[in-house]
Amino acid sequence: MSALFTDAFLTSLVLGALTAGIPLMLAGLGEQISEKAGVLNIGIEGMMLFGAYAGFLVAYHTGSIWLGFLGGAVGGMAVAVPMAVLCIRMGLSQIVIGIALTLGAEGLTALLHHFQFAQSYPRLPAVETLPIPVLSSLPVVGPALFDRPPIVYLAVLAVFVTAYVFRATQFGLALQAAGDKPAALDAAGVDVVRVRTIAVLITGGLAGVGGAFMAEVGAGIFVPFMTNGAGFIGIVLAMQARGKPLWVLCGALLFGACLSATTALQVAGVSIPTDVIQMLPFAAVLTVLVLFGRKASLPPALGTHYVRGAR
Amino acid sequence: MTQPAPAHPPHNDPSAAPRPIVTLDHVTKRFPGVVANDRVAFDLFPGEVHVLLGENGAGKSTLVGMLSGLQTPDEGGILIDHREVRIASPARALELGIGTVFQHSMLVPSLSVADNMALGGPWWSRPDRAGVARRMAQVCADIGVTIDPAAKVGTLSLGEQQQVEIVRALMRGSRVLILDEATAMLTPKGAEDLGALMGRLTRLGIAVVFITHKLNEALSFGNRITVLRLGRKVGEIAPERLAALGPAAATAEIIRLMFGTDAGAPADAAPRRARPGAAPLLVIEGLAVDDPAVPVERVDLAVAPGEILGLAGIDGNGQKQFAEALAGQRPLRAGRITLAGTSLERLDVGARRAHGLRYVTDDRLGEGTIGGFAISLNLLLKQVGESPFWRAGFDQPEAIAAHARRLVGEFDVRTPSIETPIGKLSGGNIQKALLARELSGAAKAVIFAKPTYGLDVNNIRATRQRIREAADRGLAVILISTDLEEVLELSDRIAVMSRGAVVGVVENDAAARGRVGELMSGVTA
Amino acid sequence: MTDTQISTPDLTEADRRDQTARAEARAELWRGRARVALLGIGPVIGALLLSALVLLALGVDPIAYYGFVIERGLINPYGLQATLTRMGPLLLLAAGLIVAFRAGIWNLGGDGQFLLSAVVVAALCPLLAPHLPVWLVLLVGLVVGALVGAVWSVLPALLKAYQGVNEIITTLMMTFLGVSFANVLVKLAFRDPATTVPQTRTLAVADRLPRLFDTTVSSGLLIGLVAVIAVHLVMTRTAFGLKLRIVGANPRAAIHAGLPVPALTVAVFALSAALAGLAGAVEILGVQGNVRADWNPHYAMTVIPLVFLARFNGFGSIAFVFLFSVLSIGGESAARRTGVPNFFTLVVVAILLVMLGVAEYLDQRRRAAGK
Repeated sequence: MSALFTDAFLTSLVLGALTAGIPLMLAGLGEQISEKAGVLNIGIEGMMLFGAYAGFLVAYHTGSIWLGFLGGAVGGMAVAVPMAVLCIRMGLSQIVIGIALTLGAEGLTALLHHFQFAQSYPRLPAVETLPIPVLSSLPVVGPALFDRPPIVYLAVLAVFVTAYVFRATQFGLALQAAGDKPAALDAAGVDVVRVRTIAVLITGGLAGVGGAFMAEVGAGIFVPFMTNGAGFIGIVLAMQARGKPLWVLCGALLFGACLSATTALQVAGVSIPTDVIQMLPFAAVLTVLVLFGRKASLPPALGTHYVRGAR
Repeated sequence: MTQPAPAHPPHNDPSAAPRPIVTLDHVTKRFPGVVANDRVAFDLFPGEVHVLLGENGAGKSTLVGMLSGLQTPDEGGILIDHREVRIASPARALELGIGTVFQHSMLVPSLSVADNMALGGPWWSRPDRAGVARRMAQVCADIGVTIDPAAKVGTLSLGEQQQVEIVRALMRGSRVLILDEATAMLTPKGAEDLGALMGRLTRLGIAVVFITHKLNEALSFGNRITVLRLGRKVGEIAPERLAALGPAAATAEIIRLMFGTDAGAPADAAPRRARPGAAPLLVIEGLAVDDPAVPVERVDLAVAPGEILGLAGIDGNGQKQFAEALAGQRPLRAGRITLAGTSLERLDVGARRAHGLRYVTDDRLGEGTIGGFAISLNLLLKQVGESPFWRAGFDQPEAIAAHARRLVGEFDVRTPSIETPIGKLSGGNIQKALLARELSGAAKAVIFAKPTYGLDVNNIRATRQRIREAADRGLAVILISTDLEEVLELSDRIAVMSRGAVVGVVENDAAARGRVGELMSGVTA
Repeated sequence: MTDTQISTPDLTEADRRDQTARAEARAELWRGRARVALLGIGPVIGALLLSALVLLALGVDPIAYYGFVIERGLINPYGLQATLTRMGPLLLLAAGLIVAFRAGIWNLGGDGQFLLSAVVVAALCPLLAPHLPVWLVLLVGLVVGALVGAVWSVLPALLKAYQGVNEIITTLMMTFLGVSFANVLVKLAFRDPATTVPQTRTLAVADRLPRLFDTTVSSGLLIGLVAVIAVHLVMTRTAFGLKLRIVGANPRAAIHAGLPVPALTVAVFALSAALAGLAGAVEILGVQGNVRADWNPHYAMTVIPLVFLARFNGFGSIAFVFLFSVLSIGGESAARRTGVPNFFTLVVVAILLVMLGVAEYLDQRRRAAGK
């Protein structure tokens, strides 16, 4: 076994976990914000995918990675807007509209890709990294963790910012109230629809950046359906994390490690199908559920439409 | 509570006419098909508890809605300090100094008390938890209550949550405090505490609007009483007149206003008498139920045919757990239940029902009915699959409809059709449908859980009549109620439940009131 | 009518009133049906129009495209037969979803249940074929497929029934797990040693589900139709269906009424997943004959919107599954001819769902205003 855990293997594993985990983390974080505010955002897969497409498109045409991420955020929000209008303002079923938006984004991005890039399949150049002094020269984890593109540090920072917002700002309290007891928030003079709309838009932005990360940093290319369920994994992460952003980070890295373990194993000279490793995180979460049977603590108003004056 | 002490006259100087803080100037509010408020005029004076009395549907909630910013009047205006204002949102009402405590708590259970108070500030600011706690301590001291600002609201009792809401309203500078059906969910003790608190608030110069449909509370807590009927204001009794009338005359006057007749004397309150010497029909021995909040221990009760056994006690002392275990909804830890010689404790809900045990739940919409389903199906909710309504598993629509038509007629359920979703009916009619389901067929014993909770006076009377009739038919009746008057009015014997145990059983005689009261408050006899 | 003595004139009067009431009720019923039909058709037309705008934006002539889709999916006999064959597994998935959704359970794990069943059936039946009569192989395949689907729902079912764990999350996880597991099985356990590409053994065409009459339509269509109609009748006309609806509408009322809620919940999962598994078996036994590695048609996720569009109604589901099948079969042909990939079908379904939501919203507003 000791031959397996070479430095090369470990570096490759940690690097892969981070690269695959960051998009999942952004999706999970976004979903957590929506869910806290009482919106079950099944459309997040579509937001990620559209963000991946838009991010790639902008980065490809402008040559700027940062504009690409901005494009990804805007793309994700573009899918979040119909969600906000249809579900939060008009009160349509969040599950139906969420699935519709995911299907629509899948179809639309595949169509657009077909008409624009299907002949050429252009690639983006590799993203430049920003080595953090001292830390990046640590053995094994140094290059994998501290010699990464700046967006990685920003994404991790977003976890702590979110945790701070939840715990110590009025907006955090408002999110909590919107998911737990929207009528109370309304009575306190805060517009529930506005809080939820902003939550869903933030979700769209984060998921869109996550998608753009997959296209720009992870793959360097856009291919149809490339998010491949990452948004749904985000939903799983958010529900398991019970409102704690840090748990989303941990979960995302675990999932990321499993998703990328195959590559790392190949580096170590072991070849097993990707699918075996990909089963691990789900098997782990399900085992935890079976062994401890803890009830997912979801906000009481999750998935329901708020109408003033109705009980 | 039966001897309502007239509240102190609030105005020490009768010569100077007090100026109202808020005036509703003949407001009208229409909803599709109904005029909820029809040119209602209404003044609120500082330092006064103004009671708004009326049956369900009289327009109380609409009036409160217009004051608290949930609704805006179609005609007429609202004046505050003699200036016309528009209260377009709850936030605007707060700005104008009108705080409302709704019947259903308006606090976020998962946040702490302080965070609930801080809610609503600028979005990116930090909630000022320390400042809130300081100001809260001040207000709490002023009005004589104690609240821990760090406690999570979800862990507080309903009475404590109301105190939090009152304190919050005062902290926001409310000069007007609206208490909407505030006592409906409280224990008798909690209601008295609230009454005392209202008195302290008025001494601080606050104007309190107290909405209720309970006469005794109106008389014991109120300075001024306005009565609404069918959306119209039908009368107002000013403080001087209220004091002059005295409780008995005031009661008569209010009943005349509320129902338009003098025939509103309380139903014959003479306690019933069970046929003596009959062998018990329903016997409960050593019943125990596990529960994280209130475990039930060793309950022994026996009810004779035709007897009404009242089960009194403050809400939340194991009555619900006891009733659910008896009906079969919840597992027993120990004990035996025998109905007419048959052991029931190992049977499920359906089999217990088949043997004649019935349970009228107090949670009519939460578990008693399915709001979106037709009345006809709700009437058969506990008999799904039984012949003749289902044959070989298939629906028999004629039999189902005939059954529904018969029960709707017999129990006087007012509904457009038997296919109407039951959730669209009024509370009184939903209760009639529930009674129809539980009292029809071969019933032998019935458990009523808070059967008149939330009903208006007419439906309370009708429901109590059904309970008496059930006993007269020879059924063994257990009446669970937190309303002592109700228990005293209906029961033959009274058992008192406290902390999950039956602490005593007394005959309902002249001394019953005192002894039940002692048992309820934990004084061992 | 509180009078106990009713005279004859009153009786006729009452009769007459009763008759007018019944006539009114009938008229109301028809008005209701017309409204539902309008609410179903309106969004379809609206969605097709909006999708036409998308085509225009992509520089494709929508009339030519739709014409081609209708020609190849509906009018052309081979196209129509392919459309009808496609409906079989989709209808079975729809039936499974109707059971679950009406009972208030969000089984989003259909794809995992479908795929695992497909893989197991594809591995098993070619091995049985030489030893057993065809009908028995097919029967075994269908039963095993249903069982595999049901087994894959046991975990979410037990967690929901006895621990109250939200089934959206668990069924989604089981789908991810199932898709990966299906691939592992294809690549490692059930791989056909005779081929170089990773796939299972192939069931000979002669051993597949019989075709209907002289067409190429697989009898899977019949199985699907029977399943949807049976499920519709069970849910709307039987005591068992009513019990499931009670659990779905108000679980606390179900407990109050003495229904065995955990057992019913498990039953719903088992039924729903067994139907999804049956769909997988029908797809293999009727159409594919084998499973290639990484094959996943995502049928269950696409059927969910169709069942919603039909408001969980069995007959409506048949109509929408038919429409979708025409679009997807026609779209697959059109992809080759017009250069519009068949992803376009996804866009149509998405727009359709949104239009349906908007139509329902407008209808509610109109009725609220009419009151």
